[in-house]
Amino acid sequence: MTISRPRSARRSLHVHLPPFEQLIDAHARELHRFLVGLVGPTEAEDCLQETYMSALRAYPRLTSTDHLRAWLYTIAHRKATDVVRRRSRRPTSEFDGFEPAAAPAPDPADDGLWAQVRALPAKQRAAVVHRFVLDLAYAEIGERMGTTEEAARQNVRAGLRRLRGEVSP
Amino acid sequence: MSDELERRLREPAAGITELDVERLRSRLARAAADAGLLDVAYGEHDSPLGPLTLFVTSRGVLRISYPGEPVDDQVAEVAAVISPRVLHAPERTDAIRRQLDEYFAGSRRTFDIAVDWRLIRGFAGDVLRATARIPFGSVTTYRDVAAEAGSPNAYRAAGNALGSNPIPIVVPCHRVLHSGGGLGGYAGGLERKQRLLELEGVLPR
Repeated sequence: MTISRPRSARRSLHVHLPPFEQLIDAHARELHRFLVGLVGPTEAEDCLQETYMSALRAYPRLTSTDHLRAWLYTIAHRKATDVVRRRSRRPTSEFDGFEPAAAPAPDPADDGLWAQVRALPAKQRAAVVHRFVLDLAYAEIGERMGTTEEAARQNVRAGLRRLRGEVSP
Repeated sequence: MSDELERRLREPAAGITELDVERLRSRLARAAADAGLLDVAYGEHDSPLGPLTLFVTSRGVLRISYPGEPVDDQVAEVAAVISPRVLHAPERTDAIRRQLDEYFAGSRRTFDIAVDWRLIRGFAGDVLRATARIPFGSVTTYRDVAAEAGSPNAYRAAGNALGSNPIPIVVPCHRVLHSGGGLGGYAGGLERKQRLLELEGVLPR
């Protein structure tokens, strides 16, 4: 097929994307709660902004609006994973035997349990946060994480087992 | 045991500080503008003619609207025609807001700001570009502005173009009147047209 489509037809691919503004109105508060669960209150807001920046960058190239929310959660989850990874790298063993010059300040709201949640494997962590912080049903969690309802249930169960100390980390 | 763990996991949801969405929005708008990712910003502005909604892009002023059409509809239209990267970011409209204030206060006669013509196509663009050249305090007719746009007989089409001017005040369609001396029409209502002409000294106050 070498039919060149008129400009207006090409443009219509994008016509149904709602103004980006609406993605903030509709999802920012809940995404924030999700991120507080994943990375703690101190870093959640920066993480949220990074999430929206990445989303804004990619937005005009989306060809469907069916899964905008799931798409945002995927990005947020990726950003949170970056934060957790950065954090675990921070106290390096570069200077063996010395305290790192700037130890990360403990998050005041980060009691023992949430530190443990944030130490869970990524999928379990996200599933637990979806389940208990956002209070979602397993089907919805599966949809947002791009897995099945059953996988979501498994991830929550595995996360809880680990939090109860039934599995060594 | 399991109940206790789940209860504690549910707890922080209540204790989490509510997100300040406005702060997120303005930080995001700034970062997005710096990264060249904010294609359209809009904000409201109180004027002596009532609340205006202002849309700006990196090219200039895109749209100024009087109360009437719901803002959400306008935003959706701009998203469809220009770019879906639209944010409510009033601070990005500060330059035009300041100039509008000066204009209404009588201390500014010309707008020192670029116009983004992308919402205007074809003959309407010719008419409105001709209109943009009419100086402060003077008026012309639909017929003359049609002639200026290259089609002297298309004064009706010129009237339609002026009636759908997306950038009133800055593109001064209020300076175009009937050749018979009547005020003609105005998308923002004749009372607003009259007030603008009074402000510019064309009509007595």
